[in-house]
Amino acid sequence: MIMKFGILVNEGPFTHQASDSAYRFAAAAIEKGHEVSRVFFYNDGVFNANKLSEPQTDDRNLVALWSDLAKTNDIDLVVCIAAALRRGIKEEVLKDGFRISGLGQLVEAGIENDRLVVFGD
Amino acid sequence: MEPWEEEEGPEVVKRFMYVNRRAPYGTIYALECLEVVLVAAAFDQDVSVVFVDDGIYQLKKDQDTSGIGMKNFSKTYRALDDYDVEKIYVEKESLEKRGLTEDDLIIPVEVVAADNLRGIMAQQDVVISS
Repeated sequence: MIMKFGILVNEGPFTHQASDSAYRFAAAAIEKGHEVSRVFFYNDGVFNANKLSEPQTDDRNLVALWSDLAKTNDIDLVVCIAAALRRGIKEEVLKDGFRISGLGQLVEAGIENDRLVVFGD
Repeated sequence: MEPWEEEEGPEVVKRFMYVNRRAPYGTIYALECLEVVLVAAAFDQDVSVVFVDDGIYQLKKDQDTSGIGMKNFSKTYRALDDYDVEKIYVEKESLEKRGLTEDDLIIPVEVVAADNLRGIMAQQDVVISS
């Protein structure tokens, strides 16, 4: 059965593994023929959208990975505005493919997908 | 049925459960989860909120944050009732382990044993825990 997934990411891309797990889950689901319609970034998860991040070159770059995955598979990457503003994540630092919007987009992801999968600590 | 008799409301109503597991201060999870619940309440979904482990401290009466320079947001939980969020569960075991009773809490709740809570959780469409 083909499923439609929403994903919630609650941690930043470095201190916790949650973002990596979320990314790998999304990529694996798509690989298996499922759909990932939206990834919602909340709490420190909003740091996944920061294009100013510069991991060392031999390390994975999740900000770029999300952006590429979204471009290839038409995934809506949504950063929570309230969580983003208090952490200094603004329009001008967003990587391609991310957009800032409200928490309603998270609730909508819960309503419109077969499953909402939560990644956090 | 005449058009004006049609019931208003969303096409899909899902059961959303928000699970609070952490103390109100020390990390931002409690505050940001409360923000989600207040927004979610506006979507006419079936919303319930659960407090387990140190999460029950979020509802503790008489919080005083003056010593840590944080905003005391505990009174905001009283707004849940205004937003028609009426299903508020507190795990019995978590309460007892911390020597607290319902009387120590800032809002009326339903105290539920872990076994029953598991059943309620299993009926949900979406569970968001923080």
